[in-house]
Amino acid sequence: MSDLLLPPSLEGVEMVRSVRTPAHLDYSYTPGRAMSRFLTGLAEKKIRGQRCPSCGKVYVPPRGACPTDGVPTEEEVELPHTGTITTFCIVNVSFYGQGMEIPYVSALVLLDDSDIPLMHLVQEVPYDQVRTGMRVEAVWVSDDELKPTLESIKWFRPNGEPDRDASTMRGNA
Amino acid sequence: MVIEYPFSRTTGPVIGAFLTGLREGVVVGIKGSDGRVLMPPTEYDPVTSESLNEMVEVGQTGQVTTWSWTEGRRYQPLDGRPFAWALIKLDGADTAMLHAVDVASPDQMSIGMRVRIRWRAEREGHIRDIECFEPEVGAS
Repeated sequence: MSDLLLPPSLEGVEMVRSVRTPAHLDYSYTPGRAMSRFLTGLAEKKIRGQRCPSCGKVYVPPRGACPTDGVPTEEEVELPHTGTITTFCIVNVSFYGQGMEIPYVSALVLLDDSDIPLMHLVQEVPYDQVRTGMRVEAVWVSDDELKPTLESIKWFRPNGEPDRDASTMRGNA
Repeated sequence: MVIEYPFSRTTGPVIGAFLTGLREGVVVGIKGSDGRVLMPPTEYDPVTSESLNEMVEVGQTGQVTTWSWTEGRRYQPLDGRPFAWALIKLDGADTAMLHAVDVASPDQMSIGMRVRIRWRAEREGHIRDIECFEPEVGAS
């Protein structure tokens, strides 16, 4: 690229070299019946799943149907606030909008009495001590901050119970 | 819910000069091998594919070559008000650029109508430094 010949009006001014091009997606989410029950439950400090009448598996968050059997999952199950880490990721890269100090741990937590893990943060433990099989419990925001969002659970933390044998969770991770 | 990806991209020298012009309140195109003034400018000649380097200032008034009415949306020009998207050939340019024309209704739009730039007061080197175009006062 040869040097540009500029008109007099642009001589000596600082050139623009980059331009902002944000992609902005602004939308409303319609949760549907099953997710509405789950979300309103969170505002009441409850974790609600649904059980499949055919295979008996408990799904959380519930989607209203069993993906294996294709039947409605109408039976609601209130789940305990404790579970087991099935797998996890130590996040070492910061990104825009993240709001967490790195490194931090994002984990799949298999809540007790459920059959599918939920993704959430694990805190109140050094990141290099997090492990598969670790027993954890939900830490909620204060009661006046409860809202119909998964952010009503701040994170999970170790609850001090002995680890669960990972092989007993096979098929659920 | 809002998801925003804060991308920015490098402009290259020619678009960079075009955006610099907008920041300074002038419009620059580039002269092609056949003598035509391309505006917005391109880095390469559309006929010979040779790189181009002669940037020229064009006028701040021009005419509508074609247009389409839109009801308007947030984040678009005029922030939700109805307006016309139009191809506008500025005086001194031989190609047209896409921008918004602020008129109250489509009855006030026509091919060949004269328009002029309405600049934003705060400019940063972005296509939106041109807030929109508006009918040229006194033009028929």
